[in-house]
This record gives sequence, structure tokens and C-alpha cells, in this order.
Amino acid sequence: MIEKPVLIKEDGTRHDGRKSEELRPIRMEVGVLKNADGSALVEFGRTKVIAAVYGPREIHPKHMTLPDRALIRCRYHMAPFSTSERKSPAPSRREVELSKVIREALEATVFTDLYPRTTIDVFIEVLQADGGTRTTGLTAASLALADAGIPMRDLVAAVAVGKVNGVLVLDIDELEDEYGEADMPVAMMPSLGKIVLLQLNGVLTPEEFKKALELAKKGINEIYRLQKEALTKKYLSYPEE
Amino acid sequence: MGKIYVANRQLVRPGDLLAEGDVEVGDYTYRVGDKVYSLILGLASVDDNRVAVIPLEGTYFPKEGDIVIGMIINVGITNWVVDIRGPYKAVLNASEALESFNPITDDLRNYLDIGDYIVAKIIIFDRSRGPILTIKGKGLGKITEGIIVDIKPSRVPKVIGKKKSMITTLIELTGCNIIVGQNGRIWIRCPSKKVENVLVRAIKKIEAEAHIPGLTERIKRFIDEELRSEEK
Repeated sequence: MIEKPVLIKEDGTRHDGRKSEELRPIRMEVGVLKNADGSALVEFGRTKVIAAVYGPREIHPKHMTLPDRALIRCRYHMAPFSTSERKSPAPSRREVELSKVIREALEATVFTDLYPRTTIDVFIEVLQADGGTRTTGLTAASLALADAGIPMRDLVAAVAVGKVNGVLVLDIDELEDEYGEADMPVAMMPSLGKIVLLQLNGVLTPEEFKKALELAKKGINEIYRLQKEALTKKYLSYPEE
Repeated sequence: MGKIYVANRQLVRPGDLLAEGDVEVGDYTYRVGDKVYSLILGLASVDDNRVAVIPLEGTYFPKEGDIVIGMIINVGITNWVVDIRGPYKAVLNASEALESFNPITDDLRNYLDIGDYIVAKIIIFDRSRGPILTIKGKGLGKITEGIIVDIKPSRVPKVIGKKKSMITTLIELTGCNIIVGQNGRIWIRCPSKKVENVLVRAIKKIEAEAHIPGLTERIKRFIDEELRSEEK
């Protein structure tokens, strides 16, 4: 039996030195893939995810066509080398489920009825996993959609809140997820104040839940700001004369 | 009178608040209650009490009346299937290309074959049907000379310019013949290979720097310099 690591130190900081309401260092880059219509690379600490968007384009197989709107297809996938122990490249039960919840979150923001009988394909590839891959993936996917020039209500920003040793902490990583008491990923369209994904693994009291949601909103606003910065940066990087 | 929060030509992203209250709204915006948001990554276009967004990215979406440059990808008994770089395949019926045509004695491949480029006009397109093309009309038909340059469809308005200013500049400076398809394909015919190279580079420059102001002047200077160095 491996001993439980110290997750919250005596001075209140977490095992990696963060405060309870602090995000991991975040890096975002837009337009990283040339072949895709839109793409983004997002890092939350050691979690690293790349997202690619193709479309709106023709649907194959044809029978999946929707007569009144675009079909969004989403694949969340973890690379075999993303974890310390090799992950089988075949889609697992977990990945199929995450693909579905991410797709549903994106369907809430994309104006699919502008492009009937087409498809928008979203590929999310986890390059390195250290907790919070679904929220990082969703953040990257929404940036890639914006980069592809697809009409959407708002960007989607996401973060997970956890409960570790009885303390609510923002943006939990793998270790905190494994030994913590609760994990709650939240995704929002921040300008509109709408939640598009909310899951909860573990137990929170109603009061804790409310607090956790507030904490998530705080984190999301910060991530949203970084997303907008990343999109702007792509167009400012051309050399001025 | 409403309040507009963005400046003309400011970069906006999906979900950015553009205006509030009683304002006129244009393309790629949407209203939630009293507020107007941007739908897309693009540049704001503000005019008096009107706000719209011009997209910076995106695939080509067909529109009736558009002139497009398409490539034949399939030949049927009475029609051709044409790639117009959009989410739908376009169809060109034999009756929209030939005066009289008998499918029993004639083969459409004799007129247009796979890989051929055409300048065509979209005559019918709606939500329930794919685009239908015609090549009957002035300036339409098969492309037999020159080269095709692909750019992002969202940059087409920049290559044409306000009141065709940019394209007129390009034609005057290079002496080339330029036809711009709304789907982001450009057909150019030049007097010499050297001028052609310069023009292609200029078009690629427009594509890359479309969002930076002072574009026409910069392109003018660029072509002048390039033409001079090519002559040496």
C-alpha cells in the first residue's frame, strides 16, 4: 500500500506549491496545425492537449446527414504516451463518454442551423495527461472552433474544482484527483453566464457545491481572458512594417 | 440610440459584447435581450448606429449569384459534379453548358473532363438542395490557360477591395488578367512568368495581412519593388 501523499501542507499551500484558489500555469496557442481549418494547443501545468476542427464539410457516411443543421462529431482521445503507463490507443468507455459530454457542451454554443447537411468534426488529442484533460480539451476545442471561423454564441472555458482534505481547490491535477474527496469539472459560456458542462465525482454538501461553483466561475473568467488573448495574438504576430 | 462598444476594424471574438440597446445589426452578430454579441472571429464594422462583423476565417458557403471557380470531379450522363471548395458538391447540368446535347450519341467528357477548371455562376442554392451552376453567360466557361491560386475564402473581399480598388491596382501594375471566384480561387493570366510570380506573391501577401490597415499602399510598393528586382 502506497502512503497517501501530503496534499495540503501546513501553511495551506498544495502539494505543488499552489494556493487553494490558484490555477496551474496556462499556455494557449491558436492555429498550430496547417491542415486543419482551426486548431489550438492548450496546456494547464503538465496537462497538454491539442484540438483540431474541420468543417463545415460534407458528411461521410451520407446517412448521418441532418436535414436542418450541421452535425457535430467529436473525438476525445488520449495518446498512448500521455500517461505513465501505456494507454491502449483503442477508445475506452471513458473516452467515448467524454467525447459525448464535450460534444454536447459544444453543441450549445455552435450555430449548427446555419450549415444544414454538413458536419463539423472536432478532434481532441491528449498529448500529456495530468488531470483535468476534459476541461483542457474543451477549452482547446472551443478555441479551435473560433479559429476555424465557425459561428458560435461564445467561447467555452472550463476548469475543475476539487475537494482535497476538506478544502475546496481550483484546477485539480492528477494526484489531487486520485486522493481527493471530490472532483467537479465545470464548463461555461462566460459572457452569457451559461453552464454547458457540469459533472461531479465524489461528495460535496450543498454549501460546498455552491462555493465550488463560485470558485469555478472565478477560474473560468481567468481562462476566458487567456483564450481571448490567444485569439488576438494570432493576428498581432504578423510583422508590422 | 444604442451604445456601441467596439471601434471600426477592431478585432472581435465570439461572445464579445458589441453593443447595447437600439442599434442596427448586420452579419455575424446576435442579440440576447438588449445586448448584441459577435458570432465569429473577425473585424468589427461600425457605421453610425450599425454594427456588423467581417469574418477573418471560415470555409466558403455558397450563395445564389456568386461567381465561383470550380474543378470537375465527376462526369455523369447528363451532368458534371464540381468541387467549389464548399461544404456541398455543386452540379453543372449539360443544359447549362451546351446548346444542344444528346446523351445517347454524345459523351460529356468531350467537353469537360475530370480536373478541368471552370468559371461558373451559382444559379440555384437553398438549404435543402446543393448548388446548381451555369457556365452560360459572359466571362463564364472552361479555363484553358493561366494558373489558379487558392486563398482563404474570407480574404476574397480584401483581394477585390473597396469599389474594386485592390484588384484594379493589381491589374494596372502587373498587366495581368485576374478573375476572382467568391470561393477563394483566383484565375490569373500574365504576359510573362516573372510577372506571374510577383502577382502570386502579392496575392499571398494580401491573404496574410488582410487585417492590417494600409494594405493597398503596401501592396503597391511591394509589387513595384518586386517587379524592379525581377527585371535585373
